[in-house]
Amino acid sequence: MSLAGAIRTGNVAELPSRRDEDWRWSDLRGLLRAIPPASPEGDASALAAGPFEGLADEEIVVLNGRWLSGRGAAVSIEAGASRTLALRFVSQASGTAHHGELTLTLAPGALLTRLESHEASGEAYVADSALDIRLGDGARLERIVLIDEAADAIAVLSADVGLSPRAALDQTVLTRGAKRQRCETRVRHPGGGASARLDGLYLVAGARQADLTSEVLHQGVDGSTVQLTKGAVQGQARGVFQGRIVVQAGADRTDARMGHHALILSERAEVDAKPELLIHADDVACAHGNTIGALDADALFYARQRGVSEAEARAMLTEAFLIEVVDRIAHEGARNVAREWVAAQLRDAS
Amino acid sequence: MLSIENLHVRIGEAEILKGLSLEIPAGEVHAVMGPNGAGKSTLSYALVGRPGYEVTDGTIRLDGEDLAALAPDERAAKGVFLSFQYPLEIPGVPGLTFLRTALNAQKKARGEDEASAPAFLKLVREKAAALKIDFEMLKRPLNVGFSGGEKKRMEILQMAVLSPRLLILDETDSGLDIDALRIVAEGVNAMRSPDRAMLVITHYQRLLDYIRPDKVHVLAAGRIVASGGPELALELERSGYDRYASAA
Repeated sequence: MSLAGAIRTGNVAELPSRRDEDWRWSDLRGLLRAIPPASPEGDASALAAGPFEGLADEEIVVLNGRWLSGRGAAVSIEAGASRTLALRFVSQASGTAHHGELTLTLAPGALLTRLESHEASGEAYVADSALDIRLGDGARLERIVLIDEAADAIAVLSADVGLSPRAALDQTVLTRGAKRQRCETRVRHPGGGASARLDGLYLVAGARQADLTSEVLHQGVDGSTVQLTKGAVQGQARGVFQGRIVVQAGADRTDARMGHHALILSERAEVDAKPELLIHADDVACAHGNTIGALDADALFYARQRGVSEAEARAMLTEAFLIEVVDRIAHEGARNVAREWVAAQLRDAS
Repeated sequence: MLSIENLHVRIGEAEILKGLSLEIPAGEVHAVMGPNGAGKSTLSYALVGRPGYEVTDGTIRLDGEDLAALAPDERAAKGVFLSFQYPLEIPGVPGLTFLRTALNAQKKARGEDEASAPAFLKLVREKAAALKIDFEMLKRPLNVGFSGGEKKRMEILQMAVLSPRLLILDETDSGLDIDALRIVAEGVNAMRSPDRAMLVITHYQRLLDYIRPDKVHVLAAGRIVASGGPELALELERSGYDRYASAA
């Protein structure tokens, strides 16, 4: 069951539905009665600059699921190299569907900062992007993902990550959602000194929905995972967080920490959260925290007493709540882009 | 400048202020003293429009303009400032950011140009130095992890930068040692001016040794029950509030 499969076959029966436990808050079957026709090739000359413009050594564009560079759908970073790559998934489509794939391989010791954006200039499209990421021994990947889909789009991004010992994955996903928008990350974690940081930020307004789902499978001793997701929902928007960390039998000395904290900014907005730690080993340190609440009314009043309007005070306090996730981004340029992006979303929504 | 007439304020079902009247002319400092539960903090919150403090009767006017009809931020832009008894901690917002946001919001509401970054920083550095506030502290989230004294100094710094016309000090001396009290009082006294009015709300006479009031009022059971000169505060210190509690 996957959106990619449904797009390939044109069969709506392949779509995940609320009957699938992992999709119960992001039902696609109920949304799509038929798979839309395939998206056109798109007009590369009409592309605007991406959000990470000027920060990368190389830019790769995937337009309506098609690769615009000569590299093809597989990217390898050679051993010992240190690179910054901008990867842009662009939907230039209206009422059509497309699917794109990428395999990314980091050789042992390779270092990559990947600035990934999901951009749109169309409407009511269906987009699926699937990534297969392999990190060799001691390789390090910082992946920053900025998802800016159209309000009425249906978009699914899934990444399957395989780590090697001593490898490090540092991931930050920022999204404003769509009609249905899901970002799914699955990590196979061998332990052996490897580490994963899976952070997320959702800032959803209007009638949008954003779903951040992840699963980390600890398979060996001495692995660590940290996860911090923060979200704010307003209007009739909905945020979904599903985080699952599985520690398999024998994966001793695993250190796993998960936090999800959300602000509900309006009466009709909603957050659904399912943090799960499934631990089958004895000698582990695992913790999770989950909080959902409203803005602090006293802090809001304090800011207003100083002359700040209610809308601006709400935006300021919401930004302050979310910014912890942005501050954890290591790449300075990307961190600044992310900070600006959060501020812009809050300006637009207020 | 500030004119309060027959003010009735309710919090939920409970009426806390029951016909309070008070006039503070420009250039004067008035102290309001009273026992616990008299309605002192309710008065300060009602003046700044805190949600939940419902004015059911009477008027609050600043230079003839009805304040009760304005939102808290609109009152602030008119020059009303409250130094909180318990200043809030604002996680994630550096003091400088908070202060600049507030200053520019007020300027914008008044139709003035925003302060430039260099002009703002110069102003803050100067005022912070006078209050012996380490400038580095302003880069930290506002009041988070600050001591009681540091929080009160941050209140006075905000007051100095925002330069309000009506200053309300709610129990500003609480939580301060003598040295901190002196610094805070000097900061407040530096703001005395012929076109400002000040309302100092306090339990104890001690603060009034440092911030000399022109008039002292006794608030008991929701009304002003006595008014006089600075000597009234000394008398209260000697004899307590008992006889006013019965007068109310």
